[in-house]
Amino acid sequence: METTTVNTNFKSEEYFINMGPQHPATHGVLRLLLTIDGEIIKKVDPDLGYIHRSIEKMCERDSYQQIVHLTDRMDYLSSHINNEAVCLAVENALELEIPDRVQVIRTIIGELTRIASHCLWWGVMGMDVGALTTYFYGFRDREMINDIFEETCGARLTMNYNIPGGLMFDIHPNFVNRVKEFIAHFKTKLPEYDTLLTGNVIFQKRTRGVGILSKEDAISFGASGPIGRGSGYSCDVRKHHPYSAYDKVKFKEVLKTDGDAFARYQVRIQEMWESLSIVEQLIDNIPEGDYKITTRAVIKLPKGEFYQKVETARGELGVYIISTGTKNPYRLKFRSPGFSNLSLLNHIAVGGKIGDLVASMATLDLVIPDIDR
Amino acid sequence: MSIAINITGTIQDWLMNMMPEGVANIVAMVIVALIYLAIFAVAGLYLVLLERRVAAWFQLRIGPNRVGFQGMLQTMADALKLVSKELTGTVKADKFLYNLAPYFVIISSLMALAVFPFTKEFQAFDINIGVLFLIAISSIGVIGILLGGWSSNNKFALIGAMRSGVQTISYELSIGLSLLTMVLITGSLQLSEIVEVQKNGWLIIQGHIPAVIAFMIYMIAGTAETNRAPFDMVEAESELGAGFHTEYSGMKFAYFFLAEFINMFIIAAIATTVFFGAWLSPFGITESIPWLGVFWFLAKAFILVFLMMWFRWTFPRLRVDQLLTLEWKYLLPINLVNIVIMALIVWLNMTIQF
Repeated sequence: METTTVNTNFKSEEYFINMGPQHPATHGVLRLLLTIDGEIIKKVDPDLGYIHRSIEKMCERDSYQQIVHLTDRMDYLSSHINNEAVCLAVENALELEIPDRVQVIRTIIGELTRIASHCLWWGVMGMDVGALTTYFYGFRDREMINDIFEETCGARLTMNYNIPGGLMFDIHPNFVNRVKEFIAHFKTKLPEYDTLLTGNVIFQKRTRGVGILSKEDAISFGASGPIGRGSGYSCDVRKHHPYSAYDKVKFKEVLKTDGDAFARYQVRIQEMWESLSIVEQLIDNIPEGDYKITTRAVIKLPKGEFYQKVETARGELGVYIISTGTKNPYRLKFRSPGFSNLSLLNHIAVGGKIGDLVASMATLDLVIPDIDR
Repeated sequence: MSIAINITGTIQDWLMNMMPEGVANIVAMVIVALIYLAIFAVAGLYLVLLERRVAAWFQLRIGPNRVGFQGMLQTMADALKLVSKELTGTVKADKFLYNLAPYFVIISSLMALAVFPFTKEFQAFDINIGVLFLIAISSIGVIGILLGGWSSNNKFALIGAMRSGVQTISYELSIGLSLLTMVLITGSLQLSEIVEVQKNGWLIIQGHIPAVIAFMIYMIAGTAETNRAPFDMVEAESELGAGFHTEYSGMKFAYFFLAEFINMFIIAAIATTVFFGAWLSPFGITESIPWLGVFWFLAKAFILVFLMMWFRWTFPRLRVDQLLTLEWKYLLPINLVNIVIMALIVWLNMTIQF
């Protein structure tokens, strides 16, 4: 039990406040039930389900090709990587040989998605701590990536570019040039992020030592992605269980040991550099070949259980399929990174101020449809 | 108490020829009040437009440029919309205080406008305790914010209002002390005399190092006093939604909104008067054309307003305890030492005079 010293002259009174479901800092329809004493947070109780669409149940109804399209709507900021997770699970279950070309393109677009997602997060992070200008800088660079996606597959956000067995179309002839253009552009703009926000004294004061998460807690709460790595927990799926073309490229797993909001911030900024270098290594040598292999029109998975995990922009996304040999999964479970990451919010926010809660929540990078599914 | 009423005097003389003295006095006061109301409204609306254009410029956007030439009528249209909107409110609000709150805010900022020396002639109310008057008046506004937050019966509004109380009470000390530092040079609280002294060089140059320190403290405290970023704890949209004016709508909200911008102008105008020689032109280049003083006054004030907008659109927001740490542990001690240094400099005649 935690002992607290009580000033007997002044009685403090805890009160309850509803943060959300409509609130600027919850980025969607998350509702936080806060118990506050003055400015100090005593308890955070997230209330979920405002955007629950029973995606997992719908998956039991749909064929495997259709399931891919549903995953776009979970974590809409890394839709390509979500698609990839389902496709990989199906392909591994069927033991298909996927052409190198497909793997490289999937990796390039996956990393671009990660950069786009982190750009948006960076803008929103600044906005949550009060610097509204960052939002527009983040969106400027994200816009270039979205334009590339639009040219490649016609969609900017919910891409549906992956299908079990390959890609829906081949890349656009301009793709390589435009990605190179983006790399050159972003290399000059990423240092700007540091000058605008990272180096700012107020920003560092707001994030250093705020929302501290130890490595042990990170593991026991199931934290993954930049949140786990900000606490020194090496959990990059791309490194430990390489999929697609990640075993062919050199990149560093970014690890920080501080475990505070600033460490998680730095991990994401560093990850953008790493993603850039991955794209740079692959963009010049996309192998020739088919962009998909022909699968049966009706995919039936063999009887059994299949699990595939990938590293989305927010952490580890797992797809767990139980198949009875029919054209639909008997049960399909998504292990979404946002859900586990949200579970530690109470742990890191208690004892801080309202401003600290907002700052640490921003570094968790929550996407509510990903949590509610 | 000698109150020189320059602009009022001119109008009064003109009216005296037409009507008896008592009537003339009242009519003159009404005319002056109307002139200032007009200045108030126009300044408020165009500061909003300026802020939006400046913000757009910082944020790689264009900003409002459709209504009128370069969006000149945009804020007029917005104000018109706000006037025509229904005034909603909470059922359980304390109706009397809830309705009273916006007027406290708007009246306090309107009263402060009266004492500024736009030119030697264009000053409605040259009171001999001008600086004291400004400090006193500018702190009335916080009562309106506290009342608004308290009476609207909303926890977010209440947190915002309490933050505002804490913040304004703290930072008023710094504003007062940094202005007092400059009063040590002028030896007078009367704004017209403060301007007269600056004919030998603006006070920021006369007082050199301590004056620059006082100016920096003043600008920080002034930004905090107007509740603008990086000190916008009161509204803190990512924490409290809209803070103290969460439950206000229509024109009542617009009063709070306009008052914020007028307060920003007031803070800049005080700095212009006390540090940068009010209507005096740099090096006296347009001394022969007195009415250009208005131009110089506004130009200086708008540079400072721009500086405050620059703060807002660049810096993240401080946390509430950091805000208080900054004031009580850094600004206030520095300020007190600064006053002693300034007193020594004045005593030893080490000010720079041209």
